[in-house]
Amino acid sequence: MLDRLYVMFMKEFLELKRDRWAIFRLVVPLILQVVIYGYAATFTISHVATTVLDLDHSSASRALLSRFYATGRFNIVDMAASQAQVTRDIDTGTATVAIIIHAGFARQLLNGQGAPLQVIVDGSNSNTALIALGYVSQITARFQAGAMASAWPQPATPPGGITVSLEQRPWFNEGLNDVWFFIPGVIGTLTLMQVVSLTAFAVVRERELGTLEQIMVSPIRPFEFILGKTVPFFLIGLGDVALVTIFGTLWFDIPFAGNPLVLLLGATLFLLAAVGLGLLLSTFSRTQQQAFALNFFFINPLFTLSGFAFPIAAMPRVLQWFTLINPLRYFLVVVRAIFLKGVGLGALWPDLAALAALAAGMLAISILRFRKSLD
Amino acid sequence: MNNGAAVIAQNLVRSFGATAAVSDVSFSIQRGEIFGFAGPDGAGKTTVMRMLAGVLRPDSGGIAVEGIDVIANPEGIKSLLSYMPQRFGLYEDLTVAENIFFYAELFSVPRKIRLARARELLEAAGLSPFQKRLAGQLSGGMKQKLGLVCALIHTPSVLLLDEPTTGVDPVSRRDFWAILYNLRESGVTIVLSTAYMDEAERCSRLALMDAGKIHYCDTPARLKQAMPGMLLAITAADPRAVRAALADAPGVLGLLLMGDRVNVRVDDAARRAPELRARLDAQNIAVTGISRIEPAIEDVFVALVGGGAPA
Repeated sequence: MLDRLYVMFMKEFLELKRDRWAIFRLVVPLILQVVIYGYAATFTISHVATTVLDLDHSSASRALLSRFYATGRFNIVDMAASQAQVTRDIDTGTATVAIIIHAGFARQLLNGQGAPLQVIVDGSNSNTALIALGYVSQITARFQAGAMASAWPQPATPPGGITVSLEQRPWFNEGLNDVWFFIPGVIGTLTLMQVVSLTAFAVVRERELGTLEQIMVSPIRPFEFILGKTVPFFLIGLGDVALVTIFGTLWFDIPFAGNPLVLLLGATLFLLAAVGLGLLLSTFSRTQQQAFALNFFFINPLFTLSGFAFPIAAMPRVLQWFTLINPLRYFLVVVRAIFLKGVGLGALWPDLAALAALAAGMLAISILRFRKSLD
Repeated sequence: MNNGAAVIAQNLVRSFGATAAVSDVSFSIQRGEIFGFAGPDGAGKTTVMRMLAGVLRPDSGGIAVEGIDVIANPEGIKSLLSYMPQRFGLYEDLTVAENIFFYAELFSVPRKIRLARARELLEAAGLSPFQKRLAGQLSGGMKQKLGLVCALIHTPSVLLLDEPTTGVDPVSRRDFWAILYNLRESGVTIVLSTAYMDEAERCSRLALMDAGKIHYCDTPARLKQAMPGMLLAITAADPRAVRAALADAPGVLGLLLMGDRVNVRVDDAARRAPELRARLDAQNIAVTGISRIEPAIEDVFVALVGGGAPA
């Protein structure tokens, strides 16, 4: 049995080696995507294209605007002269945010009447709009506090005024750095994509070539064939995890607070589920095109319903149920916790147990289906 | 030669959905035979071969290869058997030598034996100079011969070949058959299927298959004797006109267009030859010659099984 397994592995790696671009295709896209996620994927927004219409022309209105310039969040692309020009800027996409200060702003501010500030945001990108609005309210709140301080300069706390002071101290990622959130997640998504498709394609290719039937008339057992077809990709998956971990910690300075052995355990269970899924897809495909289409059909929902980018808690109940059978969901919890929180088995065992159950189930179903598909 | 049956099949039945691919097929193949299944595409040849190889379970019936029950113990026959489907699965990214190595290891062939045997088989197949070439870069005939080398590397006692020479050039085909005859010398039982009737003639025994059934099974010589009637070959400039003119002539049992001639099966050659010539003359159809010929397997197949003539 061992010599047959050995020759299966040999053959798999020989084929990979013959394929001159294989190493390139395995490693370069992985690193490239980590870099792209590291730099481009962020929820923080800055340099939002902004148009400004100041109809008050007062020192107060200029002071408010200067606060917008100062943050660096807003890029003033246009000083509009009229309401129509503001509308045009938003319509053409020249600006995402418009700040309009109406005439009488300074007067009303001094009279204590409450000075209106109009802000228009382009809601077609709801995420950016929401975050930009958040910044706007922060800036106006600070401006208001400043204005109040200069209006009633003497007492530190105005009579009757009670303030709640918020001291933010996020744990595990004090700077709320998005890269810290994304890169560990990328380990899960990229590895899943690569391992599932490699496994599925490798098995379907044997079916297409006719070598599958040839192997089945040899003394090799179906189980040995399955091991021979999955172990190489399992190992490649572990390599992926190691590569992204090392690259992420060295290049993006992401902390690795936890125990590498717990990560190894989590990755092992996760990859077993991934090769199981790949094998399962291969049993539904006669050709590599079919496998490709099927792969595409599965991978996207797996990403969306994993908590990689969108919080699971915010999803409708039914979709939340689907996330329960998604191995990526549990692995993301594990990998993020190991990187940032540094927790161990004590905290992560429920997720690891779920991963183990999913891996066992996925492998069992795929092996049964694979044996049937041989007929 | 008659030292027991290598393959016994009893009442094999297999359908795919509503189509009956093989219905109630029984045969027995002696050790050292070259046994052929001949018939048109869709006759059920491949289904029979796959059931013998143990990769397809029959719906009912029994198969024994070298005394081992294939259905109950499909693993038990694998080292005795070699199965070569219509297109042998080769790894195109691996070289000729690597493909052979791979199949040798799957069958746990000891290294020493493997090297000697590979050399011998490659020599016979004319592939010795191409050992370092990638399998994907071989011609169709060479691929098929490499398939045979891979299939034979573990010295099986029963060799199953499913249409092994379909799409193979004549030179490779000759190499192929030379290897098969050699194997037979060394006592290997060879079971093959073919749609080529000239190839069927090379078999020691032949099963004529059509529509999932074996209609006749005997040596090529005895099958020819079993053909009712005698055969006249009529050569003519317009053989189609000959066929049309003679279709309902008295004493004519069957007609088969063969290029520039028509093979006419008649009840009595001596009596009908002048009659047919007269009939053709009367219709102004020019005839170059009429002579009695020995039937080929193709004529036998059409006479016995009828229906569409296989290629």
